[in-house]
Amino acid sequence: MTIVAPHITKQPTPPAPVQRTKRGRKLRDNLTGHAFLIGAVACFALFMWFPMIRGIVMSFQRTRRGETTWVGWDNYTRIIADPSFWIAWKNTFVFTLLALVLGYLLPFFVAILLNEFRHFKGYLRVLVYLPVMLPPASALFLFKYYAYDPSEAGLFNAILAFFHLPTSEWMQSPSMTIPAMVIASTWMNMGGAVLIYLASLQNIPGELYEAAELDGAGIARRVWNVTIPQTRLILALLAMLQIVATMQLFIEPLILANGAGTQDSATSVAYLIYQHGFFQNDLNGAAALGVIMLLVLGAFSAVYVRLTTKQD
Amino acid sequence: MSTPQYRKVAALALATGLGLSSLVGCSTKSDDDSGTDAAGKTTITVDCQPVGAQKELLANWNADVAAFEKDNPDITIKSVSVGEQCNNPPDFTARLAGGTMTDVFYGYMTDLSQVLDSGQAMEITSLANKDTIPTWDSVDPALKEVFTDGGKLYAVPVKNYSMGLVYNKALFKKAGLDPAAPPKTWAEVRTAAKKISALGGGIAGFSEYSAGNTGGWHFTAEIYSQGGQVLSEDGKKADFNNAQGKQVLQNLKDMRYGDNSMGSRQLLQWGDLLTNAGAGKVGMFIGAPDATQAIVSQFQGKYEDWAMGPMPGQDGAAKATLGGGEGYFFKKGLTDDQVKAGLKWLAYQKLTPGKGQFDYARAKPQNYPVGLPQPLLFTNGSEAQKQELDLRKANANLDTANFAPFEQNPVPIKGEPRNAQAIYAVLDSAMSGVLTNPNANIGELLKTAETKVNQLQAAGS
Repeated sequence: MTIVAPHITKQPTPPAPVQRTKRGRKLRDNLTGHAFLIGAVACFALFMWFPMIRGIVMSFQRTRRGETTWVGWDNYTRIIADPSFWIAWKNTFVFTLLALVLGYLLPFFVAILLNEFRHFKGYLRVLVYLPVMLPPASALFLFKYYAYDPSEAGLFNAILAFFHLPTSEWMQSPSMTIPAMVIASTWMNMGGAVLIYLASLQNIPGELYEAAELDGAGIARRVWNVTIPQTRLILALLAMLQIVATMQLFIEPLILANGAGTQDSATSVAYLIYQHGFFQNDLNGAAALGVIMLLVLGAFSAVYVRLTTKQD
Repeated sequence: MSTPQYRKVAALALATGLGLSSLVGCSTKSDDDSGTDAAGKTTITVDCQPVGAQKELLANWNADVAAFEKDNPDITIKSVSVGEQCNNPPDFTARLAGGTMTDVFYGYMTDLSQVLDSGQAMEITSLANKDTIPTWDSVDPALKEVFTDGGKLYAVPVKNYSMGLVYNKALFKKAGLDPAAPPKTWAEVRTAAKKISALGGGIAGFSEYSAGNTGGWHFTAEIYSQGGQVLSEDGKKADFNNAQGKQVLQNLKDMRYGDNSMGSRQLLQWGDLLTNAGAGKVGMFIGAPDATQAIVSQFQGKYEDWAMGPMPGQDGAAKATLGGGEGYFFKKGLTDDQVKAGLKWLAYQKLTPGKGQFDYARAKPQNYPVGLPQPLLFTNGSEAQKQELDLRKANANLDTANFAPFEQNPVPIKGEPRNAQAIYAVLDSAMSGVLTNPNANIGELLKTAETKVNQLQAAGS
């Protein structure tokens, strides 16, 4: 008996339809995801990309009597010739530098200090973070009217007078304007940085410190050889974020110095943009300065990306 | 449809809906182009409605709208509040740039140039007449001229002012000064300021602005008092880096650092100075009659404390003082019916004796002054002016003698420069320089400001 194998017609599922089905399912799945994104992407495009491109276009135009004309680099040459232009950049860089020294290092040391506490940790963290919860405008008005009052009734002047130290006119003194803005800004913003550092510090394995201690390292040595290397990624990241954020200095001069301050001593680049755009009927000049600032901040961001890529 | 498919479709629909609703949330609703509502009524939006905190003013406004709509059943007024200060320059600029002004929108006399540059204003020359505004022929032609460019009218003036010396009578008495004889020269202001500040308690004998464009505004008023000007006659160059400009800053520097009679707090802008004035911490400042209204209604001062003299001059009477004011523009693209409706509303609320802002019988028991010497919108001798002044006198709720020195010593009024707000922003820096830096170099301050103003004028021409 011959066993005849039954003739089975091979009807393999063609590979293409399988792929199509998979792709179709994937597309259907993604479609839902993409649909969820429509609003966000559209708003982002409308309120972020479009204004940015519009700003670049405007910086090469001039609008007078409702007529817009192309003026080449005119807005750029005019804005650079503004006597406040270089002062604003100088103020912005000095503020950034001081804010980096004070606003960058201080939170790190406060975090190290908090990390060492055995008791009241939660309470102290809340205390440090509290200023961040205060709206910036309110915090700055507190500084303006209570801390930086130039009379002896001002909080800081009262403290200085108590210790028989010379008092200051704070925001009314051209030499104190920027340091005063840095102090207020650091007080307002350092809580967030402290918490990030604190989280980073708590991820450092305890045995590293134990080993360092066995090797006879003191606290300074432990910080230098263990803490800093272990948190270098966070330190680099926050340094860049700090630079980008402080370069956009705006609300401090606006509230503490009522704008430009004494003889432009508080004028920052962002405030100069605001002044041209909203006080000088010069939106095109403001756009040109905005583009210049975009390029400078873009350069800093590129450095940041390069640094973090290397770290990774 | 199976359950999973149904769920997917529902999720997709929801997501799309959410996405679209986000977009809708991001957009602003545009107005109906025809300017009429479903009932065929002409509809206009008007700004500068008082804010909720200004209870009586808001109630007055709403009552005016109701009465106007009753008289004009074919017109609907939609009121919009844009803050207590109807024209805060940054907000105003943002609204102009974004085209989000109301159909009939408030602006300062200094705003014409900016409004025209934005391309948002509509010419109303042919429609502003006796038919739409019955008192139109009585409105001071000089005020209409301020809102005219190239022979075309762009706004209706609704308020005007000129500046003088506002002073606190109570502090004058305490300092041994005669409250009925305010200083008439800057030297007298300096002497009085010294005596007032000697009272102590943080009182500034004389107070001055130096931020938020108000410093430049006052510099302009003070250089006018010296016989100077801010711009050259052709409006193309700065004209304040000269003896008159230097004198303005020198007067302030002498009081601030020579006499220490201006208080320690500087970098003041509008609300800062008036807050101090309301608290009885300011002896004198340069201002318009309506500054007393702000001191009382917004900053808790008392009418009986405040009086006003003429703008001080350097060696005698002031050569001129700054005059300004406000008006209402019309947004481009309105129909003729909408413009006419807007003009009728302005006629009713702003330019009719006995109605709206001139309803003095209504204002008398309220905490708003009746009897101030300004505004003076109507021409001298016109019937409208006679009616308005009679009503003002009959309903005065403050001692008009407090303003007699101001009224009896009229000073020629000079308008604000072209591109005024931008120039004021620049001049703030010169003012803040002499008020916060004892070593400020007046020549340098004026030179820097001159360079900037020349650039501004070159860019704007």
